[in-house]
Amino acid sequence: MGAFETIIGLEIHVELGTKSKIFCGCSTEFGKKANENTCPVCIGLPGVMPVLNERVVDLAVKAGQVLNCKINKINKTDRKNYFYPDLPKAYQISQFDMPVCSDGYLELGEEFQGKKVGITRIHIEEDAGKLIHLEDEDVTLIDYNRAGVPLVEIVTEPDIRSAEEAHDFLKKLRNILVYSEISDCKMEEGSLRCDANISIRKVGSDVLNTKVEIKNMNSFKEVHKALLKEEKRQLELYRYGEEHKIVQETRRWDSGKGRTVTMRTKEDAHDYRYFPEPDLPPMILEEKYIDTIKETIPELPMEKKERFVKDYGLSQKDAEVIIDDKATANFFEKLVSKTKDPKESSNWVITEVLRSLKEYDEIPVSSQQLAELIKEIKSGSISRNAGKKVFDKMCDTDKMPVDLIDDLGLKQISSEDKLEEIVKEILDKNSEAVEDFKSGKGKAFGFLMGQTMKETKGKANPGVVKKILEEKLKKM
Amino acid sequence: MYSVKEIKKGLEEKKFSTVEIVKEYLEKIKKEDKKIKAFITLREDEAIKEAIEVDKKIASGQELRLLEGLPVGLKDNIATKGLKTTCSSKILEDFIPPYDASATIKVREKGGIVIGKLNMDEFAMGSSTENSAFFDTKNPWDLSRVPGGSSGGSAAAVSAGFAPITYGSDTGGSVRIPASFCGVVGLKPTYGLVSRYGLIALASSLDQIGPFGKSVEDCIYGLEGVQGFDKKDSTSKDVKLPDYFEEIKKGIKGLKVGVPEEFFGQGIDKEIKKKIEDNIKILEKLGAHIERFSLPITDTGLSAYYIISSAEASSNLGRYDGVRYGIRAEDYSSFEELIVKSRTEGFGEEVKRRIMLGTYALSSGYYDAYYKKAMIFRKKVEKLFDDAFDKYDVVVSPTLPILPFKLGEKINNPMEMYLSDTFTVNINLAGVPAISVPAGFSKEGLPIGMQFIGDKFSEDILFRFAYALEQELKLDLDPWKEGR
Repeated sequence: MGAFETIIGLEIHVELGTKSKIFCGCSTEFGKKANENTCPVCIGLPGVMPVLNERVVDLAVKAGQVLNCKINKINKTDRKNYFYPDLPKAYQISQFDMPVCSDGYLELGEEFQGKKVGITRIHIEEDAGKLIHLEDEDVTLIDYNRAGVPLVEIVTEPDIRSAEEAHDFLKKLRNILVYSEISDCKMEEGSLRCDANISIRKVGSDVLNTKVEIKNMNSFKEVHKALLKEEKRQLELYRYGEEHKIVQETRRWDSGKGRTVTMRTKEDAHDYRYFPEPDLPPMILEEKYIDTIKETIPELPMEKKERFVKDYGLSQKDAEVIIDDKATANFFEKLVSKTKDPKESSNWVITEVLRSLKEYDEIPVSSQQLAELIKEIKSGSISRNAGKKVFDKMCDTDKMPVDLIDDLGLKQISSEDKLEEIVKEILDKNSEAVEDFKSGKGKAFGFLMGQTMKETKGKANPGVVKKILEEKLKKM
Repeated sequence: MYSVKEIKKGLEEKKFSTVEIVKEYLEKIKKEDKKIKAFITLREDEAIKEAIEVDKKIASGQELRLLEGLPVGLKDNIATKGLKTTCSSKILEDFIPPYDASATIKVREKGGIVIGKLNMDEFAMGSSTENSAFFDTKNPWDLSRVPGGSSGGSAAAVSAGFAPITYGSDTGGSVRIPASFCGVVGLKPTYGLVSRYGLIALASSLDQIGPFGKSVEDCIYGLEGVQGFDKKDSTSKDVKLPDYFEEIKKGIKGLKVGVPEEFFGQGIDKEIKKKIEDNIKILEKLGAHIERFSLPITDTGLSAYYIISSAEASSNLGRYDGVRYGIRAEDYSSFEELIVKSRTEGFGEEVKRRIMLGTYALSSGYYDAYYKKAMIFRKKVEKLFDDAFDKYDVVVSPTLPILPFKLGEKINNPMEMYLSDTFTVNINLAGVPAISVPAGFSKEGLPIGMQFIGDKFSEDILFRFAYALEQELKLDLDPWKEGR
């Protein structure tokens, strides 16, 4: 029994960040009252016709460009037919054999040696509505606000070899899409959804074995967990010669139970009866138009990372951490422009700023506040530790550090005269420790330092204390 | 009753008021439509209210628009805001659209007064109007015969003098067939000339709204009332629109007419063939050049048409699932049952037949053999027409190979019913325009229609031929005349 490898391909649905829906003028705003964002077109009343929102094509082309795809100058829409109450027309307008983009790739991060994962295709389509099953009533309600919200479906090649790679792919993908303002990619609002196809095979083989599709994973972490679990399930079946039990099917990830369960098998698979959408003419994309879209692409995460390394002297690792979130990267740049100190700025961003994001939805301090705080620390006005206290306070207030230092009474004592007096007192009080130091016990120095800091309630400038202490001990 | 020009002139010269005109038509409908049964819904009170407004305009000396004060009837698959639009189907029996079709809006904007909605084959599937879920419409020339379909109500209404202009829709002949059977003029415009927004779709790539009139001029008014680009229909075309009334004065001298052999061959009624040949001689006399040629599309075209139109219909009709509107079955215990029961109860036989046919043609494993093949043939039809119009200004044929048949005669034989469309479906596959003009009568006194087919956006040339023939034939087209 040789080693096995895992073959994973992803299908990602991303809601495009347009103001209006794909085929009508209704708003795409999330969280509105049920069925408020609807009209005869998006609820499929008889006789109405779709008109393609050009902004959707712009964003789909842009998605193709940031994912290194070929942009297909001639592409068309098709109907995907199936009955479901959330699908008003009983068909979804999608793209079947001529998608807007194809043949691209996305590079994974450093830990995966920048491996390229192929993008098979990107196509545009409309979203469906949402069924609401009431808990205690025998009633299902339908909210069509989401019906007609524009999506792109991004399909990868089966190039991914582990749950970790899949996780990294999704993170990178989200980052690029958010950076280029294609989508806000909020999984919790459903604006990014991911299905995965997974199979395993013997290393060295190039056959693709029966794959299983996994749905209903609601976060990147769940994708990771579900893939690990499914990989384990399949591996076990292979190991015991029961691989025939792996059938082509769709399995639902049950996050509560932490396992995948059969949703539908190949036999229940729909025949979607695709055919060209007769209500919309084929799209012809001019070279000039494609170029115009290209010009709207802002600096992408990888480019930003390289620039941070080059211009600010950040390490690859630090740069990668900072660019991981567009807002954070922007914050960092603003901060550097004020402090002119990339090293110190990146330290604060990587530690305190990122830590604050675990508690707050967006960065809770302004770059001006943090820049001032860094200035206070560098000038010796407060200690680094006191600085952290000021930072925490700043998270809940617009007040500037100078005021907060006063409020909190954190001003550092740097005056040599004043500290000399205090150190003298400490040395007098702790003659035993002084003796220890003289007899070569280095630890005693730390103790004396500590006592001085304690006496000043931590406000003493440790650098100055150290200097005075050293001088005095030498003389003794 | 009156021609469009007579009404316009009468209103301008204050010979009668709009209210009088509208009332006169409504009275006639109330009196005579018991026999014909063209209307599903009459719009009396609102129509009279609108007529009062027009009279106020006239009194204040304001300029009158193209269709100002004209009573207009609409096929019941053209959406009318606040007015029941049923498609002659049980499933939409009580459906009141919250929007107007673009064609409805245009008619209203040009001053037309909608007086009612007209009977049709359910979802425009049929050639006799017998597939209406509500009642049969009778042919005004012989009440035991069908008016043709699917726009049978619209054609019968114009023929019977219930409205000077009505509109129908033509997917494979549904304007031209009833125009021919009822002895009126009916136009299937170029695909894209009239907006389809709000026309409840049968087959989206083939459907076009078209006007009926008692004369070519009335038909021109009808077309001018609805034609033109509409941004709500992405398949509508922004083209320069000619002045048809100027064009028809030009006559047909020097124009080239192609006569396709295949449209005069086997299966065609002898009387029809004779009448059309006679009329071709008239065209020749008027200075047109006649040339016979081969256009081998009739048989395969019919098959391709029924595959493509049924495929699109199967998809277009998916939305009638009982979830949001239309009839909903009473007892169901799952989504699936709700949908299946509602559709089973709501759709008629022909609709179900075409949904099954279309679903089959699109299903995996059969797609290539049916839908794809039909689409390839469709390209060929387009090409053959293209080639024909390189040589000819128009192509002529009978509108149908048969005379108006008896009610009930073909309804149980769908294949025979489909054969009525042999000469009309290819026009829709090619997306070109065609007009059916009264060509004369059979010995029994049944109307015969002649079809002029033109290149894309050559409605002006079709009107020239239709007008030239009409002026020459001077047929009496009143079915109510004593002794008839």
